[in-house]
Amino acid sequence: MEILAFQRVYTKIEQLTKATCTLRAQGVGYEELAMVHGRLAQVVKIMGDEVTLQVFSGTEGIPTNAEVVFYGKPPTLNVSDALAGRFFNAFGQPIDGGPEVQGEEREIGGPSVNPVRRKQPSELITTGIAGIDLNNTLVTGQKIPFFADPDQPYNQVMAMVALRAKADKIILGGMGLSNDDYLFYKHVFENAGALHRIVSFVNTTENPPVERLLVPDMALTAAEYFAVDKNEKVLVLLSDMTLYADALSIVSNRMDQIPSKDSMPGSLYSDLAKIYEKAVQFEAGGSITIIAVTTLSSGDITHAVPDNTGYITEGQLFLRRDTDIGKVIVDPFRSLSRLKQLVIGKKTRADHPQVMNAAIRLYADAANARTKLENGFDLTDYDERALRFAREYSDRLLAIDVNLHVEDMLDTAWELFGKYFSKAEVGIKQELVEKHWKEMPRKLPQLSL
Amino acid sequence: MNTTTTGHITGIIANLAIIKVQGPVAQNEVCYVQHEGAPLMAEVIKVRSGYAYAQVFESTRGLKTGTPVEFAGSMLEATLGPGILSRNYDGLMHDLNTMEGIFLKRSDYTHALDLERRWGFTPLAKPGTLVQAGDWLGEVRENAIPHRIMVPFSLSGTYTLRRVEPAGEYKVEDTIAVLTDAAGRQVEVSMKQKWPVKQAIRTYIEKPRPYKLLETGIRTIDTLNPIVEGGTGFIPGPFGSGKTVLQQAISRQADADVVVVAACGERANEVVELFSEFPQLEDPWHPGRKLMERTVIIANTSNMPVAAREASVYTAMTIAEYYRSMGLKVLLLADSTSRWAQALREMSNRMEELPGPDAFPMDLSAIISNFYSRAGIVKLRNGHSGSITFIGTVSPAGGNLKEPVTESTRKAARCFYALSQQRADSKRYPAIDPIDSYSKYLEYPELQATLAEAILPGWVDLVNRLKNILLRGKEAAEQINILGDDGVTVDYHLQFWRSEVVDAVILQQDAFDAVDARTPLARQKYMAELVWDICQMCFAFESFEEVAPYFKRIINQMKQMNYSVFESEAFTQFEAGLQDILAERKTN
Repeated sequence: MEILAFQRVYTKIEQLTKATCTLRAQGVGYEELAMVHGRLAQVVKIMGDEVTLQVFSGTEGIPTNAEVVFYGKPPTLNVSDALAGRFFNAFGQPIDGGPEVQGEEREIGGPSVNPVRRKQPSELITTGIAGIDLNNTLVTGQKIPFFADPDQPYNQVMAMVALRAKADKIILGGMGLSNDDYLFYKHVFENAGALHRIVSFVNTTENPPVERLLVPDMALTAAEYFAVDKNEKVLVLLSDMTLYADALSIVSNRMDQIPSKDSMPGSLYSDLAKIYEKAVQFEAGGSITIIAVTTLSSGDITHAVPDNTGYITEGQLFLRRDTDIGKVIVDPFRSLSRLKQLVIGKKTRADHPQVMNAAIRLYADAANARTKLENGFDLTDYDERALRFAREYSDRLLAIDVNLHVEDMLDTAWELFGKYFSKAEVGIKQELVEKHWKEMPRKLPQLSL
Repeated sequence: MNTTTTGHITGIIANLAIIKVQGPVAQNEVCYVQHEGAPLMAEVIKVRSGYAYAQVFESTRGLKTGTPVEFAGSMLEATLGPGILSRNYDGLMHDLNTMEGIFLKRSDYTHALDLERRWGFTPLAKPGTLVQAGDWLGEVRENAIPHRIMVPFSLSGTYTLRRVEPAGEYKVEDTIAVLTDAAGRQVEVSMKQKWPVKQAIRTYIEKPRPYKLLETGIRTIDTLNPIVEGGTGFIPGPFGSGKTVLQQAISRQADADVVVVAACGERANEVVELFSEFPQLEDPWHPGRKLMERTVIIANTSNMPVAAREASVYTAMTIAEYYRSMGLKVLLLADSTSRWAQALREMSNRMEELPGPDAFPMDLSAIISNFYSRAGIVKLRNGHSGSITFIGTVSPAGGNLKEPVTESTRKAARCFYALSQQRADSKRYPAIDPIDSYSKYLEYPELQATLAEAILPGWVDLVNRLKNILLRGKEAAEQINILGDDGVTVDYHLQFWRSEVVDAVILQQDAFDAVDARTPLARQKYMAELVWDICQMCFAFESFEEVAPYFKRIINQMKQMNYSVFESEAFTQFEAGLQDILAERKTN
């Protein structure tokens, strides 16, 4: 953005902190953009003629006589089909060497969808991963994060899900993404020949953290363009929302706000909800589905970021390394997709809900048996069968390297039920048992623990 | 209050606007910020040396200092009259359906009622009678519900009814009655009235203790910890423990005339579920009617303006009080009151007030208990009674029940339905912990008497015996965990498995199964007695290893009963099968 003629230039900054600067100015609108010493900034507080600006890339080196120019508008993005296949920074400027995108200029962070204009999500997203499709089925218009420790392969799983999900557009919002992970995404999408369906807004660890605050709104403004104007199925990937929240806490701290839990701002819930609630299914067929990542510190989900996220999103997917089979699995206990009820047994086979629950219940029995074993108690015959079941269930269904049709997943589950349990132990509705029960030879492999 | 007060903006921090005021201004007065010709609604929350601090119910983007502000001269009000039912409102009671476009536009303030619709009015009161606020003057049919037209709540003292319009079709703003006060001044009454949402409507003569069960069809509530007409309850639980599924089940199944749902700072897709399913689903208590006919939804989803979130619960309560004054049984559900508390926290933070625990405002506890106290069963002047049963959910941060919102609510609500993460993890839904949860109403002799009459003499005793089985089962499980399966006698295993029968057959319920989702009281009684019978039986076992497989068969058989239509052929067959299994090992 260049400075226009007759624009007023201020040159007297009165206060500077690491992330904000304050000056006297008139006629400034709330949330308006400004340029401070060649850096983008946004109005976050107006008190009389004192205006406080949040400088996205930090205030290092800004002198009190720096030039400040107000743009008279909030941050915007030019939207058109030309966005497809392009890579941008947090401000929506190209970083792939291509030209500026021409198109309609739209304010980012726009208004919410009227809830009565939403449609109830009902379209199944299949990923081939049974930990997701069988136990935590995803639906278009859903918002769901991966809860994962930083060392887990969530970016790989997200890229895989994105490519298998058959979305018209995939929009990547990278916040604090390492350069290696950014290149990984680029590479995977390129290899899959999907680059023309991708739009990326990336803030890497090399960029200043406060810039990240613009990334979700940029990504979702682009998503709304494709979903509303073009009626497309859009999948938005946000990685990593914990780093986004960290940026929020930096700014609120600089603004002297009283922190609430875990030094996060008191408005964290609303701030996150504004982003996640952009996920929507429209009547006209377009949809925005959000898959995000919230990194945890050593699995702690009571921390303010995962905790608030869990209350906002429609479930969460937990990744965990199963030491028995040496693979990463989607944890069936802690994972949940709230919208699965809208499709399972309706868009999938009728036995899906009961098979899913029965398998997880039996898996829980195995967990109890394991506790017994670890405490040095004898196992009953049932305990041993549950443990064998759990191992095979984990390997053939929960592991993230599985790629199956939903029907095959259900058949696999029935096969495991027949192999290890009696009908009464499985406890499924009689009519479904009669239809699907597979009598399997009870030749049990030796259990090695 | 003065209607000519104006002012202009001098400061903006997020949705807090600081306004230099010319003229008198009241606390909680509504004002409109004239932003580029579009009035943005706001509410005064603090006044200090000529400046009003107002929370703006919209995004403040683009707002500038100097922008003119007009004060409305009234507090935030709900518009009350026929036509509220089946509508979807935002937190300030604007009709969401009549708004234009896909996105919510700032200052698109639609009317709460349909002003053009004609209602078939029947007078109830005779001219010449002395009337007071809340007395019934006439009646219209609103979706088959008798909607009483009342003397406006804002009138104080006694009036004489001079004239009431004859039966006929009227619009909500037409005059349907004329009153005169002691001085002979005339007051014209229409079917529409306004009431400030933060004040309780108190047109009743007394508020007795609740005494009557409110049936929800959910076994773990009705049988073990019942909620009552005019009672209060709350459901705290970590995310993923099934709060919303449980609350939606209650909203579908409860025996209420009117259901008010306040979706307060929660997910939009959950509200959409109500919007799309309630017009299709049948009202279980009134065959032929749809659920939507008795329901009104106040939606302030988590991405809608934060300030309106606080207003949304008050709007919902005011609507509930309005229908209670008609002698109706109202159920009010708020999901979730934590979001409302968070909205209070955000504002208090922006006003730089000294914070209380977890940065919540100091008066949080008082605000919550004041709100819960607006529920209750009331006796009206005409001898009828009406009730508001209020159930709120709480979303404790980190699942920790010691946080301020849960603690404050625990003091205010009489029923506590604790959702347990452990039960949710093992898919034992609804995940209400049977041991931590309580209903104080079970101790009320009034309720014990009506339960004995409605269900069974000595019902509360039976319930307490079942609870005792659960408690002893938990103790046995702990012993077995410590000492090992073979380190305890077979009796411990029996004790544990008896509690598993209670758990599996009474507590666990499939909210997504057409039959199991709702269990009428008669069926709950039948199953409770059957379970109790089994709990009293003695069985012969050689070793502990036989106990689990045997009880699993019993549980499986009884689950099949739960899935079958009550007293159907399938049900009877499964029960016969159960008796066969029991006969195998029964010794008494």
